[in-house]
Amino acid sequence: MLQRVRLRLMRIPEELQYTKEHEWVAATGSLVRVGITDYAQDALGDVVYVDLPEVGKSLAEGDILGEIESTKSVSEVYAPVAGTVVEVNGLLDEAPELVNSDPYGEGWLCVMEIGDAGGPEGLMDAAAYGAITNG
Amino acid sequence: MKQAAGGRASSAPVMGGGAEPTIFELSFPGRKCAQLPATGVADMVPEDWLPADLLASGLPALPEVSERDLVAHYTRLSERQYSVDTGAYPLGSCTMKYNPKGFDQLAGMPALASASPHLPVSRSRGWMRLLLELEWSLCGIAGMDAFTLQPPAGAAGELVGLLIVNAYHRSTGDLDRKVVIVPDSAHGTNPASAKVAGLAARTVRSTDRGLVDVDALEAELDSTVAAIMLTNPNTLGLFEEDVERICRMAHDAGALAYYDGANLNAIVGLSRPGDMGFDVMHVNLHKTFATPHGGGGPGAGPVGVKDFLAQFLPGPIPRPAGGVKAEGVIGTEGSVGNLGWGGSEDIAAAGTAEGTGRARDEVGAAPLEWWWPEQSIGRAHSFHGNALVLARALAYILVHGSPGLRRVAETAVLNANWLLRAIEGAYDAPYGRPCMHECVVSVANLKKAAGVRATDVGKLLLDRGFHAPTISFPLVVDEALMLEPTETESPQTLAALATTLVEIAGDAQCHGSGISADSPQRTPVGRVDEATAARRPILTEDDREG
Repeated sequence: MLQRVRLRLMRIPEELQYTKEHEWVAATGSLVRVGITDYAQDALGDVVYVDLPEVGKSLAEGDILGEIESTKSVSEVYAPVAGTVVEVNGLLDEAPELVNSDPYGEGWLCVMEIGDAGGPEGLMDAAAYGAITNG
Repeated sequence: MKQAAGGRASSAPVMGGGAEPTIFELSFPGRKCAQLPATGVADMVPEDWLPADLLASGLPALPEVSERDLVAHYTRLSERQYSVDTGAYPLGSCTMKYNPKGFDQLAGMPALASASPHLPVSRSRGWMRLLLELEWSLCGIAGMDAFTLQPPAGAAGELVGLLIVNAYHRSTGDLDRKVVIVPDSAHGTNPASAKVAGLAARTVRSTDRGLVDVDALEAELDSTVAAIMLTNPNTLGLFEEDVERICRMAHDAGALAYYDGANLNAIVGLSRPGDMGFDVMHVNLHKTFATPHGGGGPGAGPVGVKDFLAQFLPGPIPRPAGGVKAEGVIGTEGSVGNLGWGGSEDIAAAGTAEGTGRARDEVGAAPLEWWWPEQSIGRAHSFHGNALVLARALAYILVHGSPGLRRVAETAVLNANWLLRAIEGAYDAPYGRPCMHECVVSVANLKKAAGVRATDVGKLLLDRGFHAPTISFPLVVDEALMLEPTETESPQTLAALATTLVEIAGDAQCHGSGISADSPQRTPVGRVDEATAARRPILTEDDREG
């Protein structure tokens, strides 16, 4: 009996920006919302615990922002921009699976305030990120 | 007659197929195992003896079962184990080789098993000789100058090794070295041990050939680095070709080089970590030297050091009375060579019955004593570690001798390469080159084509009579399967395992993820919900009812 193969297409929303470490960034003025991509959550597998930074912590770009533990591994999440953490997603304490089910929505990780006036730099657009994950 | 594979466990018995109830579910109020006659002695009332604030409010909720049900319960559980005695166990990085039964018998001899570690030296000579000979054998095999046999596991060995590294840097006044560099393919215990030892781990990436990126390492080596930790061959089953250069770079930066002995089975009798340039290392006796492990051990992770670190070892260590003698074994440079186990040219003699025989002659009837290294970091275990495990390991070394140990490594490497070649058409082989004692393939091709992942391949193997390989590790390979057949599986078993893996890949390509969704089906417990178990664990009977 031939079973239907169910393959998901990785979602890469056009309006977001991306890092090569598979974080996404949504910038609004000096605030940026940060999460991990659909590709990243799929590679990690079922997320069971999310360790987020304290509100008020300031991070340099590339610093360790937090850790995501799945049934397969513990992976570090890196700060995609330099700035201060102003809000973290409290829902993930009780429901870490939101990172899997809704990585671009309710599964967001934190909001950072960028220090200087300039917006985030050195990030990829959806097309560039799609190119590195389709390899 | 049809030839069968001895390591295929598809005939393993499972009656009925239901999950075993817990001992609490078998409990019935008032039921007892043994019923003793009344003694005539009055019951002791706790209230008469203990202050009220130390008393519990009620009796503990212990299970009440008959001896008959108790024995049946635990016998059934024991029959539902999968062990190296049941069949092949290709769990990569764990070296689940068969443990010869003769050595168990030897360790059970009353003269060994019944001796108390509290016996005075005059009554402990046999045990002290045994420990000393094992220490010297390991020195010869590893190219080190002294060993502590105390650490009870590989991770415990890592911690002891890193505490020695700390003690060394403290002794030289170099107080700012707080970083341990580990490759991104390292065992998870490496960064964990660093943390427990009060150090911070820093990761250095691998090249696309699966080896340490020497340029990236160069950039990381500064005056804060206490040590680098390296497994060789690494967790991808690949030999670190630049290992001598890497150790030199560490030394030039003032850091020490730590060898994680997890994969020693690939090189035992062929090359020695001490010759590669490492200063401190551990050996997993329960892997390479075939002592029992799995299910919590007990294991043994002796730590070996070069001369300049011997003063920091945990004590006590057995040695010839008076310490450093003419043939002084401990603490003098080159002295080990006097026993014929020194240089790399002498590997042939290392750990052989002949070599140990010579050691026996050298020590002869000399009295032994317990020695505490001058700047010891303290004990790593009560008494002398898991001593009966140590006895098994020495027996293994003496029975094999040097040529035998070399054949162990050669056969382990041959088996892994045979397996890799047999399955590399069906799975992605990310590095496309011969491996050492274990091989890593990727299920990425099946994930892409059919939605079948490494974990699914593992579950499907269980249904077909084999223990699963290590999955999803090392992390640098997507959907990794890490297979270590060891030298103890026959060609028939290897062929059956390879055929099964190729069949699974073929079925996945044909039928998609449907083939694995509800596997395993032929085990007492089917597919467990790992995610919910981790997110909302049920840890007590009360949680379970709630």
